[in-house]
Amino acid sequence: MYVIVAGGGKVGFYLSQHLLADGHEILLIERNADRVVEINEVLGAVAIAGDAAEASTLVAAGAPRADVVVAVTGEDEDNLVICQVAREKFHVGRTIARVNNPKNEHLFRMLGVDVTVSQTNYILNLIEQAIPDRSFVHLISLRHEDLAIVDAKVSETSAVAHRAIGEIELPQNTAIAAIARGANLIVPSPATELLPGDDIIAVAHQDQEDALRRLLV
Amino acid sequence: MKVVIMGCGRVGARVASLLDHTGNHVTVIDVDSRSFRRLPAGFRGETTIGTGIDEDVLRRAGIEDADAFIAVTNGDNRNIMAAQVARLIFDVPEVVCRIYDPVREDTYRRLGLTTVCPTTTVSAIILDQVMRASSEKAGPRGGSD
Repeated sequence: MYVIVAGGGKVGFYLSQHLLADGHEILLIERNADRVVEINEVLGAVAIAGDAAEASTLVAAGAPRADVVVAVTGEDEDNLVICQVAREKFHVGRTIARVNNPKNEHLFRMLGVDVTVSQTNYILNLIEQAIPDRSFVHLISLRHEDLAIVDAKVSETSAVAHRAIGEIELPQNTAIAAIARGANLIVPSPATELLPGDDIIAVAHQDQEDALRRLLV
Repeated sequence: MKVVIMGCGRVGARVASLLDHTGNHVTVIDVDSRSFRRLPAGFRGETTIGTGIDEDVLRRAGIEDADAFIAVTNGDNRNIMAAQVARLIFDVPEVVCRIYDPVREDTYRRLGLTTVCPTTTVSAIILDQVMRASSEKAGPRGGSD
């Protein structure tokens, strides 16, 4: 696969290194010429100096034959425009943007960026998971159908405690995927009884997360 | 008319001043409060500190009931992003966006933004002046020969 990476900071550098190791063809575009020299010393001649939002840079980078353009600079406006120009002008099939301000994630997707990666949201999620006694944690967003995987802890007072899964009316578009009880992983069946302290791993449409939280916690 | 202008450089300040002078309600946004010094002494409009690519800053500047939004910061990409936020999220009826890079300007004009490209416009004017000057010079000399 031919991947163009825009932005030679830490994310761009390690991403390129990783993709190279996987055998992909990489071209990294970085604005700072000194940084380009530094990167090329480590990774071989993979980086060029230039403004990735500039059409001439993308032409020099061979954008028309790129399978993917990944924009991971520190500026959201640059990442957005790089992806939009790649898509509109060079018909790149897949564009991926790093979103520095989580507020922009929705906008980027509205504006045609195929995949957005919000590092702030990821870090928030990871920290949330690490905080003890959180009763409902959003583990991951699945992009395709706006689905999420969540972890809900059944409390002593929960409406579903001591009830079998078959008797529980789950919100639409939600499914219980697994139950972690202490060190045991339980594959749920309609007869499985939920106990206080159970960690329920569920897949839910993102609209239904709140309903699921109210039911389980 | 209610107008929000992002970027209080020479152009932003001048447009703000002209619009204010003709009785419009103007709010100017800039990341640097010192830029507002460019506004004339009698300016009756408002100023908001922040970046216009942030929806909350735009809201504070009154974008929700604005009739027009003008993006004239130094950064093409910032102007492009803010213009798209104004148009798509806030449905501002008139959005004008300055883009220095002619190729990017062409791309976003095709995507439906109202764009101004000083590079092509100013180059055309200069070229026109130069051509006119040289033809005027060539004219009389050609006639006297």
